[in-house]
Parts: sequence; C-alpha cells; structure tokens
Amino acid sequence: MEQLLAQAKKAAEEAEVFMVSSEETPVQFEANRLKHIQAKQSSYVALRIIKEGKIGYATATELSDRQNLVKTAVETANFGMAAKFELPSPTPYPDIEVLDPKVESVSVEEMIDLGKELITAIRKHTPDILCEAGVGKETTSLHLINSRGGNINYRQSAFSIGVIGYLIRNTDMLFVGEIESSCHPLTETKAIAEEVLQQLERARNRASVPTKPLPVVFTSHGVAGALIPPLMAAFNGKTVLNGASPIGNKLGQLVFDKQLWLWDDPTIAYRPESRPSDDEGIPSQRTPLIEQGRVTNFLYDLQTAALAHTRSTGNGRRSQGGLPAPSPSAFIIKPGNTTFDEMISDIKEGLVIEQLMGAEQGNILGGDFSGNVLLGYKVENGKIVGRVKDTMVSGNVYQLLKQIAAIGSEAKWVGGLVNTPPLYCPHLSVAAK
Amino acid sequence: MINIQATAHQLPEILNRYSADYIEARLEESQSSHISYRGRELDSIGRSSAIGGNVRAMVKGAWGFASFNDLNELPGRVEIAVKQARFAGNEESQLAPVEPVVDRLWTEQDKSPVAIPLAEKKQLLDEYNDIIWRTPKLQTSFIDYGDGYKRAIFLNSSGSYIEQDRSDIALRFTAVATEGDEVQQAGLSLGSRGDFNSIQGLHQQIEEMAQHSVELLSAPQAKGGEYTVVLDPVLAGVFVHEAFGHLSESDFVYENDRMREIMTLGKKFGSVELNIVDNATMPGLRGSYKYDDEGVPASKTYLIREGKLVGRLHSRETAAKMKEKPTGNARAINYRYPPIVRMTNTYIEPRSASFEELISDIKEGIYVKNWYGGTTSMEMFTFSAGEAYMIRHGKLAEPLRPVVLTGNVFTTLMNIDGIGNDLDMNQGGGCGKGGQMPLPVSNGSPHIRIRHCLIGGR
Repeated sequence: MEQLLAQAKKAAEEAEVFMVSSEETPVQFEANRLKHIQAKQSSYVALRIIKEGKIGYATATELSDRQNLVKTAVETANFGMAAKFELPSPTPYPDIEVLDPKVESVSVEEMIDLGKELITAIRKHTPDILCEAGVGKETTSLHLINSRGGNINYRQSAFSIGVIGYLIRNTDMLFVGEIESSCHPLTETKAIAEEVLQQLERARNRASVPTKPLPVVFTSHGVAGALIPPLMAAFNGKTVLNGASPIGNKLGQLVFDKQLWLWDDPTIAYRPESRPSDDEGIPSQRTPLIEQGRVTNFLYDLQTAALAHTRSTGNGRRSQGGLPAPSPSAFIIKPGNTTFDEMISDIKEGLVIEQLMGAEQGNILGGDFSGNVLLGYKVENGKIVGRVKDTMVSGNVYQLLKQIAAIGSEAKWVGGLVNTPPLYCPHLSVAAK
Repeated sequence: MINIQATAHQLPEILNRYSADYIEARLEESQSSHISYRGRELDSIGRSSAIGGNVRAMVKGAWGFASFNDLNELPGRVEIAVKQARFAGNEESQLAPVEPVVDRLWTEQDKSPVAIPLAEKKQLLDEYNDIIWRTPKLQTSFIDYGDGYKRAIFLNSSGSYIEQDRSDIALRFTAVATEGDEVQQAGLSLGSRGDFNSIQGLHQQIEEMAQHSVELLSAPQAKGGEYTVVLDPVLAGVFVHEAFGHLSESDFVYENDRMREIMTLGKKFGSVELNIVDNATMPGLRGSYKYDDEGVPASKTYLIREGKLVGRLHSRETAAKMKEKPTGNARAINYRYPPIVRMTNTYIEPRSASFEELISDIKEGIYVKNWYGGTTSMEMFTFSAGEAYMIRHGKLAEPLRPVVLTGNVFTTLMNIDGIGNDLDMNQGGGCGKGGQMPLPVSNGSPHIRIRHCLIGGR
C-alpha cells in the first residue's frame, strides 16, 4: 500500500489508497435442508488521486500491478470532476467496538446447528413450511492511507442468521421471514423463530379489505421496507445538492409530525453497520436528521459536502469498489410510547403492513410509494383477523409522516440498516381485488 | 499480471488430488469502466480490473464452494470446497449427464467496449446530458454508463475445458422534473452485447424522455382498480420475465412438491395464441452464450406452447432431480457466486394483431409503456411502468403518472387476450436473484392486452 501511495504521489498532487479484504463463510439451507457451505475470500484496492485539481480513480483486485493502477487513475483524472475537498490529515477516531474475535472461531458445525435449530422450531409449528435459512460469518479488514498522512486501519466482524419460510397451499403462497445480525456471534435462534411463528399465526386465516382509505399500522419490517427507502434518498446530500430532494430546501423547517425523530448512527457498539471512520477517513458521528418533525441535517461525504459548502458527516461509503458517495449507515427512529397492541385495539377497520412488494419502484424521490401487500393483516374491531391478499396500497411518505397517529414503543432492528418501532398512520389508499 | 491460462493448466492436476463426486473450477479476468453524471456535472469516472476464481465441489448431494481473488491460494481453496461439501453431504449426488466439452471461444476481445477511449464515451454522454438539460422545468438528471469485458475459463473433473468471453454495456438515464413540491421522473434503460454503436444516436429518444418527466408534473394519477391494459413490448417483456419466467426456474420447483404440482407439464396457462420462449442461442443479445457456467450447451426452450406448459429451465442438478434434460441455464454473475438457474433471452412470440386492433374495442383502459422495475414472489408479481396513458373509446388519451401493476401470475396469464405482431427485444436493465445482480439478460414481446389487471392508485 505504501509503495502504491508513493508511486501515485509522484504522478499526482494528492493520493489516497483504500484497501479492503474479507473472509466470509455463509452456510445455506434450501427447502429445509443444508445445501451449500461457502468460503469467500475477496480483496480489492482503490486508488484515488487529485491531479491538476481533478479526481482520478482506479481499482483492482490485486496490488501487484501498481504501475497500471497509477496509469489508469491518471487517465481518468483527465476527465475527472474538479476536487473541491482536501483529504483528511491525521485525526483521532472514536473508539467504536466492531470486532469480536470470537466470530472467526465459530465453527461451521455450530453454524449448521443454528440453522437446523431454527428450521426445526419453525417446522414444529407448521410442518409443511419450506425454509431457506442462512447463517453467515464475516471478518473484514479495512485500511486507508493518504498523502496528507491520514491513516485508519480497523477490523470488523459480522454474524447473521436469517430465514425465509414459504408455505404453499394450492396456488396460495405465503412468505414469512426474519433476520438478525451483530458483530458478536449469535448463539440463539429463539427470537427469530418467535417472530416467524407470530407472522404465521397472524396469517393463518384469510380476510379481505375494501377499496378505500384505511388506517394502517406499519410494523418495523413495514416501515423499513416501504417508508425508509424514500427517506434515505431524500436525506442523501447528493440528492439535496442536485435539487432532487423534496426536503432539500427545508432545513430547520417542520416537515414531519412533531413526534418524529430520526438519526443516522454508525457509532453503536457491535452493530455491523458501525465503524470508527467512513471510507474516506472521516471520524464517525451520530447525525440527527429529524428532530421533533424538523429537518436538521443531510448526509455528506467530502466532495458533496464541499460542493454544498458544508462539512462531511462521515457518510462517505464505497459500494463495490466505487468512488466514495454519501450513504446512510444505520437509520434509527426514536420509539414512542404506544404499544403495537394498543395501536391495533384502536382500529375499527384497517390494515397491518409487514411487507410490501414493489414498494421501491414508484417515484422514490417524490416520496410516492405503491406496492402489493406481500404480507399484511386485516384489523377488525381492534383485532388482527387474518391475512389480506391481492391488495395494493399507495401513498406518499411525506403526507403519511406529516400526521402520525402513534409511534410504537417496541423498536427493533430490521436487517442491519434500520432500527424502528411500528408506525400508526390514520389513512392510506388501499385498492383490493 | 497473473495469467489465468497458466493457472488453468495446473488445475486438472490439483483437482485430481481430491476425491469428490464432482469438482469444477472457474477463473476470470475482467476489465470495466464506468462514467456517471449527477445533474449537469460528471460525478464519477473510473476503471477497474479484477482477477478471481472459484472452486465448487459436490459430495453426496451437497455443494462446497470457495471463491478467491488470490490465485496463489488455489490449492488451499480446492481443499476447503471439497471439505465443506463432504461435511454437508448425506445423500446421493445427482447431476444430469453432459458430454465433456473442450472449446476455446475468446472471440469478443476486438469488440471490447472497455478499450474505447474514455474521452469518446464521455463526449457522447455529454451530448445526451446537454439534451436533457435543454428541457424547461428539468431539475436534475442521472446518467450511469458501465461497460465490461470478461474472459473466463471453466473446467471440471469430467474433462471439460471451456474458454468463453463476453462484453457488455449497460446505460441508464433518469430525468427529474420539479414544480413546487412536485417531483417527477422519467427514465430510459439500455444495454448491449458490448456494441458501442447501439448506444449512439439516441438523441431523440432522450429528448422525449426528458420532456416526459416534465409532462408528468401536470399528469393525473390513475384511479386505483381493475382495467384492461395494453403493454408495450418493453413492459410486456418485463412482465413475461417477472410474472412467468421466474416460475420456470426449476431450482424453486424441484424440491417443492406443491410447486411441482402447480407447474405440471401439459397444464393450461393461457390461450392457444400464447408461446413463451427462453433462448440463449440468439446471436448478439445480452442473455446469449454458447455454454452456461456449468459447461452445458445453451438451448432454445419453449416454456409455454399454445397456452400449455411444455418446459422449464434447468441446471444439471435440477434436471437430474426432475428427470428432465438439462437446458444450459446455470449462470453466475461472476466468480464470487455459484451458478444458479437463470433466464437468458425470454420472450412472448409474436402473433398477428396490430396495436390499433388491440386498443380499438377498449372503452376505458390504460396503455402502459416502458420499464421502471419489477419483482415477483412466485404467485404474485408487481411491475411498474415508466409511462402510462388512458385509453378511451379505442384511442390513446391523456398521460398519467407512472402506474404500478400487480396481480396473480396464473390468472393474469389466462387474461392475456390479445398478442401483437411487433416483437421487440429489450436489452436494458438486469436480473437479480439470490443476491446475484445484475445479470445481463434480455426480454421481449410484442404489444399484449391483459383483461382485469389491478392498477395501484388513489
């Protein structure tokens, strides 16, 4: 790495070398049976240079051909955008624990047992369900150095257990599922199984909804799937800079319901999306995005922040070897004080949304969403009575979150990216067959 | 640079050291470049190169798989794959027999779009971006261009040795228009088997796309409910891919008795006019190849013929387990993943109706055009149209906001009551499955008409 940086410094004013290597072991079950055990070793190096004020970029999976990396970075710098930022000098980083060495030593046998235990628990409840389960562990090393002496080097571990169960009766198909992740090894599958069994219980009977606006409760899964993606786009500094965010010019303004608080947080210990630094060497911070319904910040990397005349929030991430771009780490919605059961008992006729299909296909930037209710339940007189099918919902996130009937008290992680309680919204358009 | 051919030469000897029911290895080297714009400005431009490989072993019915970037670690990785398979296996291995093939087909290098100077690509994209930005009320635009050239070597313990290469281009435009709090967008997605000419001369299409995003600001939203809809070839192609194609992928069917029942060959799925085909042997399309990633020759497979289910897509394993012939549909997006059953070029065969005939007797319906996205969960599908227009009294009427269509696959296929004469293959986008995306595929159709289709709206 140091040699590459030295060579790049000869060809350009500034240079940065970013290197990631990871070792991942996923164990996969298909149709209730152990199917695949994999071992994935991967590594790549990314070289970013600033030459004559412009950014050049090249990546490769091996360090050995340094000359070629420098050459292609210089070629791209001919056309690159003007660099408006400075690479960070040496700086202290927060102490955020993201490595548990025990992950590496979890044996494949133990991982297989976890998968078997989970599938057994689900099949004990519903014998004819087919489960696809995955148990995975991963250790990643990241190292970044730049021509201003910036240097950050850390290791991270991740462990996850997930399951999707599908139940097919004639041409009727039901999908249920749950995933848990941590930087610690997970040793329990009980909570995952309980969530899946609850979904199965609630979907046991069939029910139908009328075509009209109805009160709706989004479960944590429902919030993460339907409402968070438009917000992630809208709070992205790049979307704001391009003028495409509907809240881009509303900093400090009341846009959402006053009960709503949202922040981005890469500093929570032992969460897989946490880290001491972003992928540009900027120390991690918790960034408030919505406080009491007011828009308080957007997420930035170095270049976007410089163009917007602000500072990076430490959200510069590289996806699959690309240039850094603003990207959320973990979106957290502050829990309220209404339990899920209280929400349901408040509804005379309404809908619970667990999973929407096609939710991300609408006009995301404008906040519109529309989707088929893949997993959702009808509520009648304060009780969940069964699963709905052939039902479409559509709405607009900004209209929906302007008036929230209640925010749930039970927050949970949905995958690694979102931690949210259920949300209760007074009206949503529903179209049913 | 490490030479994958030299590494491949050592492989048969390494594979021989291990005993497994079956072992295969894949080595790849690739180059790619990308250019993207966010708004008026260039956002990112870069080049990448990658070398990597994998080993997959089968022992007693279970697979072990190891992927790597470091080719020097190869013997160790073979050992891991075999050990893992041995660990998981407890039944009989089943793979449909395939004749070993030795073939060398590194033929597309001269056409590699990666070799075209970045300056030339950027100039073309600059022209397109200028057109977008000439549109009044336009707020911003996104352009993402990516190309790649990949050569791969496949070999297995049965003696196959196959060198294949592929070049690819994917290009997507999005125009975003705003007025007050309204934000609307329109998009265009294109792709080709590496042919740079195919993305030249798009000026008029791009101008129309940008203008459409502005038109949407004043367009009404469709009223939710059931309609007769007419799909253009692009969206009908997405429909055939999403709604039906994924059901034909046998990896979901073969261990699932109920799905096998639903997908019984001979069962009626649509009218006698309906033929659905998956065909990797069509020259020059993004989903085309000579051998799949298990070294099985590609084929043209009728999935539905005259309305009846007649075939499905297989890997060697699914074919053996269902006692059917392999179709050469096992594909992996790259060496980091094992091959799984995938589509290639999937389409509805054309019939005789003209577009005018399809809409002429619709009193109130919706004409949906262009691809925006689509997903499926076997029984149910959802896909979204980039453009939508009301059809009133047999004629196209006012434009609508983009609509989402959804339905049950089985009833919707039955509800296709008109198939046009204008087959067109769409090369844009890519397919995602099992975490592997985007896989280059193409899909196509003539215009089709569907009765009783559920449209989301207010």
